[in-house]
Amino acid sequence: MISIHLILFLAFGAVAVAGAINLLAQTHPINSALSLIAVMAALAGEYLLLGAEFVAAVQVIVYAGAIMVLFVFTIMLLNAGVEERTNGSRVAMMFGIPGMLLGSLLVAWVVLRHSGTEAVVVGVLPGQTKGWGDPATVATLLFHEFLLPFEITSILILIAIMGAVVLASKPTVEGGEPPKKVRS
Amino acid sequence: MVPLSYYLVLSGILFACGVTGFLIKRNIITIFMSIELMLNGVNLSFVAFAAHWHSLAGQVFVFFVMVVAAAEAAVGLAIIIAVYRTRETLNVDQVNLLKL
Repeated sequence: MISIHLILFLAFGAVAVAGAINLLAQTHPINSALSLIAVMAALAGEYLLLGAEFVAAVQVIVYAGAIMVLFVFTIMLLNAGVEERTNGSRVAMMFGIPGMLLGSLLVAWVVLRHSGTEAVVVGVLPGQTKGWGDPATVATLLFHEFLLPFEITSILILIAIMGAVVLASKPTVEGGEPPKKVRS
Repeated sequence: MVPLSYYLVLSGILFACGVTGFLIKRNIITIFMSIELMLNGVNLSFVAFAAHWHSLAGQVFVFFVMVVAAAEAAVGLAIIIAVYRTRETLNVDQVNLLKL
């Protein structure tokens, strides 16, 4: 018997993994950005499946909306073309790829084998557990227990705005020649 | 019902794809997108654990991760624009000096 949760999980997970692999396979940055948007939309579906309605909405609005628009805008602004491939070091190819495969296999084995699969069951569709994961509950927690970190993030955002404006604005040197461009 | 380990394996696959992209990609914007993919993989495991332990703190942490990711994206893309302005390349192999 296969539940609807499992089918939805596998469908969204397949989209997410396919998007992630497509991100690696594509050579043009704009194609990678679009597949990353697909990954984020699929992850929003997974969050809904886990009953995290607020996180799913924020995922779509902030990640797939704001951050990826920033990425696409930068790609278009810089007129980024097809990636030039360079041959990496041979040592990295010889040891890096088998090492990474070995590591991921180890992690998958540990997770699948030693996590007590029958005891840990998640996956509640929204509506089954009332008042869990909806914006009101999350906001209550956020503005009571996590009030200080929340206020600190506002300072972080302010610093990030100022940093982005300073870094991206055109460099001007008073009383000297403008910084020369070097094509390396 | 979906076991927690399925979510963790999916999260691990996404994180591994992000690490691979970070290592093999040569375009600085794509490398930055790989970092976002890693953050998304971690977020998925946060939400899965939050649902497993019936604790909302995991979801609040995801919120903070998203805030930090947004700030990081703004500053990082500004740095990429500054790098492109001075060096006129997006290939990280050609950006190997701190000083021009």
